Amino acid sequence: MTLISPDAVFCPRCGQPLGPAGIAGGEHAVCRRALDLEPPRYCVYCRRRMIVQITPSDWTARCIEHGETTESTWAPA
Amino acid sequence: MTEQVATQPTTATTSPTDAAADILAVAREQVLERGERLTYDQILAVLQTSDEQLEELLAIAHEVRMRYMGPDVEVEGIISLKTGGCPEDCHFCAQSGQFTSPVRSVWLNIPELVRAAKLTRDTGASEFCIVAAVRGPDAKLMEQMRAAVAAIKGSVDINVAASLGMLDAEQAQDLADMGIHRYNHNLEAGRTYFPNVVTTHTWDERWETCQLVKATGMELCCGGLVGMGETIEQRAELADQLGELEPHEVPLNFLNPRPGTPFGDLPVMPANDALRCIAAFRLALPRTILRYAGGRELTLGDLGTRDGLMGGINAVIVGNYLTTLGRDPQEDLALLDELKMPIKALSDTF
Ligand code: SF4
Ligand SMILES: [Zn+2]
Ligand SMILES: [Zn+2]
Repeated sequence: MTLISPDAVFCPRCGQPLGPAGIAGGEHAVCRRALDLEPPRYCVYCRRRMIVQITPSDWTARCIEHGETTESTWAPA
Repeated sequence: MTEQVATQPTTATTSPTDAAADILAVAREQVLERGERLTYDQILAVLQTSDEQLEELLAIAHEVRMRYMGPDVEVEGIISLKTGGCPEDCHFCAQSGQFTSPVRSVWLNIPELVRAAKLTRDTGASEFCIVAAVRGPDAKLMEQMRAAVAAIKGSVDINVAASLGMLDAEQAQDLADMGIHRYNHNLEAGRTYFPNVVTTHTWDERWETCQLVKATGMELCCGGLVGMGETIEQRAELADQLGELEPHEVPLNFLNPRPGTPFGDLPVMPANDALRCIAAFRLALPRTILRYAGGRELTLGDLGTRDGLMGGINAVIVGNYLTTLGRDPQEDLALLDELKMPIKALSDTF
């Protein structure tokens, strides 16, 4: 699993649980590809919808419980 | 009656293949040589050309662009001032509050806007467009725009554009007085397909706002999306209606199906159809800025992006979009450099 954290339990795109294969799992293959062109929307730890702000050059996504992820700290796949 | 019969043989003897070959000759003569836009029927014929004719079609569209618009490419950055929670129901849009899209409602503050404007300017862009997901601006949004435009103009040398939904005449004038250089309001779809895309307002209301914008002297930016399930006829209709409207700029979006929206499960448009659209829009709008807007990364990829720039496109949005991400701006700038298409200078935009 190559999400931002090995502790991630939810898909950052669709919010559904990640199986043992993580985001590489078959049911999230579409999500993983889409994340090349989308910021994460769901917190990978608690599944809350994050507050996402996008500018032409970067983005930030914030979970009220788990804090902020930015483009520079995010490695989706 | 007799007259009608007498005129029929010319069309009746023309096979579809002849008609398709003809349309390229017509485009060359009518648009390239004489500078007259294609009619609805001609746009439709362009959209019906074969894959084998695509290269020639794009070459003609490119020649038209070079002759009437020159080699410059206008570069723009866009930013969302207010994201999500929109009361309207545009079926392609992740920012509508009517669907279960994962996009949460949020406002950007003015220092962030100024920072984004600076970074956009650093790419060489001449336009910075502030967008809000609203039906139309209320007094609070107008005040925020006033403050934002003043802050940006005070520290960044860039044209400020806006896209805040439907306007009344007074709001349009206020925005012009604030120094908004260009206002975006898309037709989104051809008139007959529009009710399948939006039910909370009408195509005519959009047309009306476009006319109000033009009346203030602001430049009008007005385009739409293709690949939303419309027929080819309805696609031609959008290009033709834009030709009639004569906006300064047309942003061309290819549907990027967003999860949770009514169009979320539509297929991505085939690249060749998208390229035919680019050429058709250029031939319908020979003297208009034709901009790559959303969806090009998904629909066209790197190779198709290049083909579109060599097939009628003369403006790009650099970097990210409102709810999705774009290519790295440096990749686009390197491509323009390679194609020997200079970035349009700010001083050339007035
Ligand atoms: S396209 Fe604009 S008006 Fe329509 S739902 Fe999205 S933000 Fe609202
Ligand atoms: Zn997923
Ligand atoms: Zn969380």
